[in-house]
Amino acid sequence: MHKIWFVFRKDLLQEFNTRYAFNSILLFALITLTAVSFAIGTYSASDEVKAALLWIILFFSAMSGLSHIFVKEEETHTADTLKLLAQPYQVFAGKLLFNFFLLIVLELIIIPLFFVLMNFEVDSLPLFLLILLLGSFGLAGGGTMVAAIISKASAKGALFTVLSFPILLPVLIIGIDATKMVIQPENSASVYLSLQTLFAFGMVINTVSFLLFDFVWKE
Amino acid sequence: MLKLIFKIFLFLWLSAVIIGAFLYAPLAKGLGEYTRVLYFHVPMAWITVVAFLMSAIFSIFYLWQKNLIFDHYAVVSNQFGILFSLLATITGSIWAKVSWGAFWNWDPRETSIFILLLIYLAYFALRSAIELPDRRAALSAVYSLLAFVTVPFLIFIIPRVYSSLHPDPLINTEAKIQMDGRMLLVFMGALAGFSAFYLWMFTINKNIVQLRSQFEEKEF
Repeated sequence: MHKIWFVFRKDLLQEFNTRYAFNSILLFALITLTAVSFAIGTYSASDEVKAALLWIILFFSAMSGLSHIFVKEEETHTADTLKLLAQPYQVFAGKLLFNFFLLIVLELIIIPLFFVLMNFEVDSLPLFLLILLLGSFGLAGGGTMVAAIISKASAKGALFTVLSFPILLPVLIIGIDATKMVIQPENSASVYLSLQTLFAFGMVINTVSFLLFDFVWKE
Repeated sequence: MLKLIFKIFLFLWLSAVIIGAFLYAPLAKGLGEYTRVLYFHVPMAWITVVAFLMSAIFSIFYLWQKNLIFDHYAVVSNQFGILFSLLATITGSIWAKVSWGAFWNWDPRETSIFILLLIYLAYFALRSAIELPDRRAALSAVYSLLAFVTVPFLIFIIPRVYSSLHPDPLINTEAKIQMDGRMLLVFMGALAGFSAFYLWMFTINKNIVQLRSQFEEKEF
């Protein structure tokens, strides 16, 4: 537990110094949000379109920055030191925690902006936040694991999106659908089924990642 | 000799299935001739699942024993998985055109098979990006397993949660098979015949990669 915290704090300090991942994720999200808001305007988009756009912005901004967590270790050749200092599961947990934290910070900035720029309204705010939380849980788990895989391959940047997109698409599909239900109050009853599925997906992908991480990390 | 008998038997069996599918089996009540695609589409989808399951098992074996031959087997299964999922998509899409009016309309079933295809194309993209054979084998095995756990979500859960128009006689929620006796006979025959056909093709490819890896060992 102590080591997990140590890895997380190390990455957080590094991030404070360089702000590489955070800048790329935040700016990517801002640019797409601006483009979308510019192209569609505030009033013309229907609720379905808004829900889809929100998740597409979140998903692809996550894709632009989540891989940095492992790629940087390979680029600066610090992975071997980290192998000596902590167990594989501790490294993975620390990195997962950091990516999850990164997504939450991104959402704290982007979601209010999305509400303002897109004239976005939800029926039940707590449910909406729960959807985002569970979605980020799945995104962070799958994203961190794929980041670990591609950090050992060549052509890292392009490969990350190619590999994570199909694995994380269930999050995107269920997330969009659940958000649609939250916007329109008459559908709110069936949103719990989507929440369960999101939660189940997050648990499954994170568990399998923990189990398989050893093989990637020692490679 | 035994192999030859097997081949002739399989040829006759599959011919009988094809003839039976068009001539012997009756039509489902109230539906047109297009339902006969059932005898080809469902076995293709079934083999897709079997191929990907086999690939996942070989990946586990590779990670366990670190023997490169299992990696080759996993690649072979994945190639067949892609081939058969394409066939299932095409047959399903033709059926969708006749019965729903469009080749493609993002029904949950169509979405899930499309994502399945993407996953396994990404598998080959990953393989081409890694040079070292050991590392390539380990990382693609991990990716294959990671992708495999999302398959149940795509095939079983998402179509259940979101209403699909896809008819589902084989693995439905009541676990009942609602088919006429003669239809069931042809259907099961097709399932068995195409599965045997798949295993035969797999064995041929398995022998090829075995021979190839033996030759490669001799060179060093």
